[in-house]
Amino acid sequence: MTDISVETRPLKFWQGVNQALVEEMERDQNVVLVGEDVAGPGGPYGVTRGLLDKFGDLRVRDTPISEAVLVGLGVGGAGVGLRPVVEVMFFDFAMIAMDQIVNQAAKFRYFSGADMPLVIRTMCGAGGPNGAQHSQNFEAWYCGVPGLKVVMPSNALDAKGLLKSSIRDNDPVLFIETLGLLTQRRDVPVGDDLLIPLGVADIRREGSDVTVVAIGRLVDRALEAAERLQEEDGISVEVIDPRTLSPLDTETILESVRRTGRLVTAQEATAPCSVGSELVALAAESCLSELKAAPIRVASPFVNVPTPLPLAEERAPGVEDVMRAVRETIQGS
Amino acid sequence: MGNQQPLVQAAPGSSSSTPLDRYRMMRLSRRFEETMEEQFHEGQVPGPLHLSIGQEAVAVGGCCHLRQSDAILSTHRGHHHCLAKGAATDRLMAELLGRSAGYSLGRGGSMHIAIPEIGLLGTNGIVGAGLPIATGAAYAMQVQKNDNVTVCFFGEGATGTGAFGEALNIAALWRLPLIFVCENNQYVELTPQSVHIAGDIWRRGESFGIPGARVDGNDVEAMAEAMETAIARARAGDGPTMIEALTYRWSGHFVADRAAYRDEAEVEEARALDPLISARALIDDDVADAVDSKIEEEIAVALAFAQQSPLADFDSLSIGHYAGS
Repeated sequence: MTDISVETRPLKFWQGVNQALVEEMERDQNVVLVGEDVAGPGGPYGVTRGLLDKFGDLRVRDTPISEAVLVGLGVGGAGVGLRPVVEVMFFDFAMIAMDQIVNQAAKFRYFSGADMPLVIRTMCGAGGPNGAQHSQNFEAWYCGVPGLKVVMPSNALDAKGLLKSSIRDNDPVLFIETLGLLTQRRDVPVGDDLLIPLGVADIRREGSDVTVVAIGRLVDRALEAAERLQEEDGISVEVIDPRTLSPLDTETILESVRRTGRLVTAQEATAPCSVGSELVALAAESCLSELKAAPIRVASPFVNVPTPLPLAEERAPGVEDVMRAVRETIQGS
Repeated sequence: MGNQQPLVQAAPGSSSSTPLDRYRMMRLSRRFEETMEEQFHEGQVPGPLHLSIGQEAVAVGGCCHLRQSDAILSTHRGHHHCLAKGAATDRLMAELLGRSAGYSLGRGGSMHIAIPEIGLLGTNGIVGAGLPIATGAAYAMQVQKNDNVTVCFFGEGATGTGAFGEALNIAALWRLPLIFVCENNQYVELTPQSVHIAGDIWRRGESFGIPGARVDGNDVEAMAEAMETAIARARAGDGPTMIEALTYRWSGHFVADRAAYRDEAEVEEARALDPLISARALIDDDVADAVDSKIEEEIAVALAFAQQSPLADFDSLSIGHYAGS
């Protein structure tokens, strides 16, 4: 997006999601949106506001609190020709719909050879005073499921472009939005043809000393850390946002790690068996001899998310945590 | 995969409407499963096999008034549903025998068959999982503003899942064109339904305003008639219906289960109520004999087709996980 001839406008993350839904619903009658409180109230954080008025209550539909049926509406709908977008209000609630996501949606093509054009939107992270059952990050759990795609945008531009691509994709996509990012702004090109391909990582900042692979809320923090490390220590940090977690753009990530010889991963989830763990394993398997230092995972501590917001914010890794890890990889080599 | 043309056409179960058609489909289903049971004992079925022998009238009566564009959801015990909705005998057999000509290239087996082009959205390895999917198919039919309907077959065991309550509520709330067919075969896996079920299943929809009926699930004509009413109601936009079809599982939970937990006398009593006997009684003997021998031919051709198809190989495992793969 460096082409200065393209007209851009600063958009909040939620507006990127909202615009993607509007544009795709205008483009294709088969796109529908169902979920708890998505229609009348426009979602608990207003992400889907205005859609009911534009598209009517058949295509934008509030459901009962029935998560299994909610995702099932998408599976069955996609099975007979719709391109449903279903919203699971908080990622924590997807636990109740796990069967429909993992055993049903993700298996449909394998069993039948037929398309399963379903998008499951959900909200992760500790961006509000919501506590241990409304704030979790389970993205890694789903990355081990063949047949499912997992997308996790970190900003308004990617949210819009990746959601539009996800809706047009013929496989089930788990689309993870991040509560802590909803009101963050980024310049987004004006127009309705913004499609960002799934499975392609974005090198957000080029650097030569350390590769930081950050996801979700940690991307902006990693970018800020990179800026400060350049100023304060003269360390050149490359920041990569995979954007799609499954399938993962291993080529872009490994090319960078080989070049810098150092890897730091950064995420809001806890460390055990996480996306960070996968990235470290990938580097160890693929280019151990080219590493100059042991990789480091920056992650939330292995404790539940507290309800009071200051505590929840303290729990999530920050700019300083990323900086510390980067310095450690330099010192450790 | 699913878009290949069947080499042997199944009987037009999805449009059959006469007693003769219904008998034919029931007989096909019976002989299909007996043949698969033999193959299992010969070690030719590389997976579990849940037989619906004795329950054919539920599937055939349940599907005989459906169009190809109507959808059904089946269960782990679903060969009869597949055939009645129009699955090709030969490819279904190939799938069960682990052959590459099967609907899932022989990798799925009997619990993992989905043929969307004939409206079969899946047998299922998860009890009750078809219920949420059925609401989605029925909702799509509303959005598409056609008068197609969805039929969700499930066993009485599935009424113990949370999805059952969720599905009833939303089907009534949204007046979905959905028919719930509880195929009550008296046993839930290895235990009798007295261990599982409180109250009357056919009345479970009452407080949601869903009309219910209990039907003799061994009488294909009674089943077809009840379905005709429910289907007409759904096509007219008047919402869902609950049908509890009483039948009996002749076999164990799966082929290797000898069902030692039940009385042989009880099984004999159920066998005397063989749904094929009453279905056959409605047509001339010589016509029925001709149907029977035609089916023997079809089964033999299908079996030969399946056996000649190569066994699923390891290279096929990566096929069909994502579009274009």
